[in-house]
This record gives sequence, C-alpha cells and structure tokens, in this order.
Amino acid sequence: MKTGRHALTAVAVVALIVVAAWMLNTVNAPEAPRGKAAGMVWNTLIVWLIALWWTLRRLAALPARHRLKWLAPAALGATFLYLWELLVVGWDVPRVLLPAPHAVADALSARWDVLWPDFLQTALAVLAGYVIGNGAGLLTAFAADRFDFLKRGLLPLANLAGAVPIVGIAPIMVMWFGFEWHSKAAVAAVVTFFPMLINALAGLAAVDAMHRDLMHTYAAGHAATLLKLRVPGALPFIFNALKINSTLALIAAIVAEFFGSPIVGLGFRISAEVARMNVDVVWAAIALAALAGSGFYGMIALLERGLTFWHPSYRK
Amino acid sequence: MTETRTPLRRHTLPVIAVLTAVVLIWYAAAVWLNAPQVSERLEGIGEPWGWRELVNGTWSMERPVLPAPHQVADNWWTSVFDTAVDSPRSLIFHAGVTLGATVLGFALGMALGILIAIGVVHSAVLDRGLMPWIIASQTIPILAIAPMVVVVLGSMGYPPLMSKAVISMYLCFFPVAVGMVKGLRSPDTLQMDLMRTYNASAVQRLFKLRLPAAVPFLFASAKVAMATSLVGAIVGELPTGAQAGLGARLLSGSYFGQTIQIWSALVMAALLGVALVAAVRATENATNRLMGARA
Repeated sequence: MKTGRHALTAVAVVALIVVAAWMLNTVNAPEAPRGKAAGMVWNTLIVWLIALWWTLRRLAALPARHRLKWLAPAALGATFLYLWELLVVGWDVPRVLLPAPHAVADALSARWDVLWPDFLQTALAVLAGYVIGNGAGLLTAFAADRFDFLKRGLLPLANLAGAVPIVGIAPIMVMWFGFEWHSKAAVAAVVTFFPMLINALAGLAAVDAMHRDLMHTYAAGHAATLLKLRVPGALPFIFNALKINSTLALIAAIVAEFFGSPIVGLGFRISAEVARMNVDVVWAAIALAALAGSGFYGMIALLERGLTFWHPSYRK
Repeated sequence: MTETRTPLRRHTLPVIAVLTAVVLIWYAAAVWLNAPQVSERLEGIGEPWGWRELVNGTWSMERPVLPAPHQVADNWWTSVFDTAVDSPRSLIFHAGVTLGATVLGFALGMALGILIAIGVVHSAVLDRGLMPWIIASQTIPILAIAPMVVVVLGSMGYPPLMSKAVISMYLCFFPVAVGMVKGLRSPDTLQMDLMRTYNASAVQRLFKLRLPAAVPFLFASAKVAMATSLVGAIVGELPTGAQAGLGARLLSGSYFGQTIQIWSALVMAALLGVALVAAVRATENATNRLMGARA
C-alpha cells in the first residue's frame, strides 16, 4: 500500500521531467514557434504546473525524518531554474534584461580565467576583515564583560550601530588604505565588529545562575569561570554572530570594491560589466559570490555543530 | 532586563564617558593622520612652527585625511540648516530622496514578507519547499546585484526611486518572512483548539488569532528590516549616474576627495537610520497600547 503510493509519486516525477524536457526542446529548436505562436507549449505548461503542485504536495507530505525529505525543496528549486530558462527562451527576453540560466553558465565557464582571480581577490579581503572584525568584537566583549562600566556605555551605542548603514564608510576606507584589498578588509572588519560584540555579550550574560554558583563553590576565579563555563556557554551566540557576519563581510567587501579597486575583484567585475551591459557575466559573478557565501556559511554551520553538539537544538 | 525602570540613569554616565573617549581619540587621530601633509605645508612656508601650528593646521584642513569632529558638525549644520532645501548641496534634499526609496522598499518588503509567511504557514508545499530557499537566500550577497537592478530597470525607463525600492524590498522581505512565520505559529495548541471549537474558518483563525499573536514578532522584524532597507537604498544610489541621495553624495565625495562631505553624509545616514528605527519603535508602542498591553 505504502510502496504503491510512493511508486505513484515517482511515476509523476518522471512524467513531469519528460514533459518539461519536451516543452524546452520545442521552444529551443532553431525554427521553433516563440512567444504567442508557441501556444500549445503554454497550454501544456498550465497543465504541467497543476500536476507539479499535486506532486509537490505528495513530496511535502513525506514525514520529517524521511531520508528523501530534501526532494520537495530540490524540486521547487529545479522548477524555478527551469521556468526561468523556459520563459526567457520561449519569449525571447532580451539578454540585457535577464539572461537565461544556460547563458549564465556559459559566461561562467567562458570567463572563468577572469572570474577566478576576481574571486580570490575578494575572498582574501573578506577573510582578513572577517577575522579582524570578529576577533576585535570578541575581545571587546570580554573587556566589556569584565568592566561593567564599559558594558553599560558600549551596549547602547553598539545597539544603535545596528540601525546605522555602516557600509557607508567604504569610500573613507578606500581613501585611507588604498585600492588594494586592505581597504575592503577594513570595511568588512568594521561591519562585522558590532554584531559580534552584541551577540558575545549576550552569550556571556546568558549563563545559568546555578552553574555560576557551582563554579563559585569550586572557588573558581574570573578567568577560570570565563574559560570553563561562560565561553563554552556563549558559543551558540558567538556562532550566531559568525553566521550573520559571513554574509555581511562578503557584502561589505563587494560594496567597497564599487568605490575603487585594482582591476580584479568581484565588485569591480560587477560594476565594470554592468557598464558594458554584459549582464550574463554580471550574473555569473553573482552566482560565484552566492556559491561562496553559502559555502562559507555552511562551513561555519558545520563547525558550530561540531563545537556546540551539546546544545538542545542539535540533540535528537 | 530586570532594571528596565531606570535604564536612563544607569546608562547615561557610561555612555557619555564612552562618547567622550571616542571624540578625544578622534581629535588625536586627526592630528596623527593629517600631520604629514600639514608639516609639509608648514615647511614650505619656511617660517618656524611648533606644536600649536601643527595641531591647528590638522584640525582645519580643507581636504583632511580625517576631518576633526567640529569640521564635520559644521559642514553638517551648514548643509542642513543654511542651505535651501531644494538645492543639491542640501543634505535634507539628499536624505529625502533616500528616505523615499527606503520607506517604499520597506512597505513593499513588509507586504511581501507577510504574504510569504501566510503562505508558508498554510501550505505544506511552501513550508517544506520554499522555506529552505528563503533561508539559503540569506547567505547570498544580494546587495551585489544592486547596481545591475538600477541600470537595467533604468534602461527600461523606470524611475530610480522604483529600482532602489526593489532592492530594499529584496533585502527586507527576509527578516519579515522568517519572523512572521514564527509569529503566526506562536499561538499554542490550546488557543488553536478553542478556535476549532468555535468552528472558525482558516481565514477567521488567521485574522482573529494568528495575526494578533504575530504582532510582537512583526515589530521585532520590522526594526531589522527598516535598517536593512536603508542600506539597500544607499547602495542602490551608488551606481554611476545617480544624481541624488545619500549614496550619490558619498560617491561624489569619494570622486572629488571631499572627505568632510563624506563624513557629514555618513552622519546624516546614521541619523536617518536611528530616526527610522525609532519611528518603528514608536509605532510598536502605540500599537501595543491600542491592543491593550500593559505599559
């Protein structure tokens, strides 16, 4: 019975893929009807979408622990890319407006020799700024945690900094540190500083009173309590900041490159190719930045899982 | 948050101390960073000079590496109060342009975020299929596409206000969607069961229980979204050709080496951000009072 239900879903998925391939193939042929002329494709598409929704509902009904539960998001993501390709090709959308995914992939491979150095340049700035900003934020949090006066003075200002568009310091940093990666690292460092400070302070304060009392009965000093109890306890908060900052640092470096850079860097590539209306190269650069961003985030999430395995959110 | 009663007095003195330290360090840094250029100029004049001349010189340069706080304050004051509002030298004019895009983008982003959240809460397909992508989209440096959106929409004849608002919307729908999903799911089983015993429809449950319960979550997200929306609008003004707005002001300042102009635009942007978030907070307090929350 259960196998039968799953078999039906599998058949539906295969049928959807076959019809999708047919539709794309029809539109893609050299002398193919496009736009309104390809009416039969668009009629099929409507039926296809209804069938897709029905299949997605079956996929989404899989139990949360099922090993195929990733199928629903994967199918929706694939559908998104497919519709993008089909509609852009089928309606002859101008390349300047929105390039089809295959055009972006082509640009990525054709301009790889340019985009890869761009990526390395930006990644260097991001990593340097990320380490400096998070390190400084963490050290400041320790200092503010030790001296209550400092904490009460810094915390309102740090919270205020959350409402301020800090990326705006990019032109100043470019003036101070020059066009090379140092200025981008400086912007990334300043942008990542405040989230780390706020989160680390919250984490250090989040320790249970019982635990603190226990350390007190052990006659543990400030340093021992900090190292053995409060820093491990603050790790989930610190990782939260690290995850927020991974995206922020990347954005900061790219935006800073808009203000002036040597002739490499993802931000430089984006602004240069926009000016030349090479929109497919721009999308390729953004795809690269997106992959890097997700990869960076994923690595930190893995590290978090390894270091804070005791946290309730990871217990099974 | 045990001492919410007297936060002002507990924090005033430390905050003033930290701010004073910042200003002092700033003045010292201005001397340090500007000294090479000033001493070169003083050498050029040929007259004997000492510390006094050096310090005075570093605090009154026309294009300093780091302008002194009073120079920034002076420039800010002039371009806000002593300049006609419609002049391109007025910071009020530029702030107004940025403000329009920020608020429009914020409104669009809130609407989109709330709609997505309602969809996610009511449809298993969207919950399972879309939610992971929404979260993954947060790891993408979306802001990088800002110049492209402005240029492409601009070439299609859309006004810059619209394209900047689109970027802001893109940036701020995420915190709203995530916060609202949490908020719409916050009513507990007991309350949902009560609605079921009333034979309430899904729409009634949404409007009478879920949405009111989600209001605190909405405002928490709205504060984040407002700040991000401002960043989006400013970055959207960076691409070449932008004539007005705080971002354009930053860009032109950086082209012509007008450091004081950059700093006063930054001060304006900071004030705008703080004011916008304060406005959200005021709306939150008013709403809470209307909904009968205890002060």
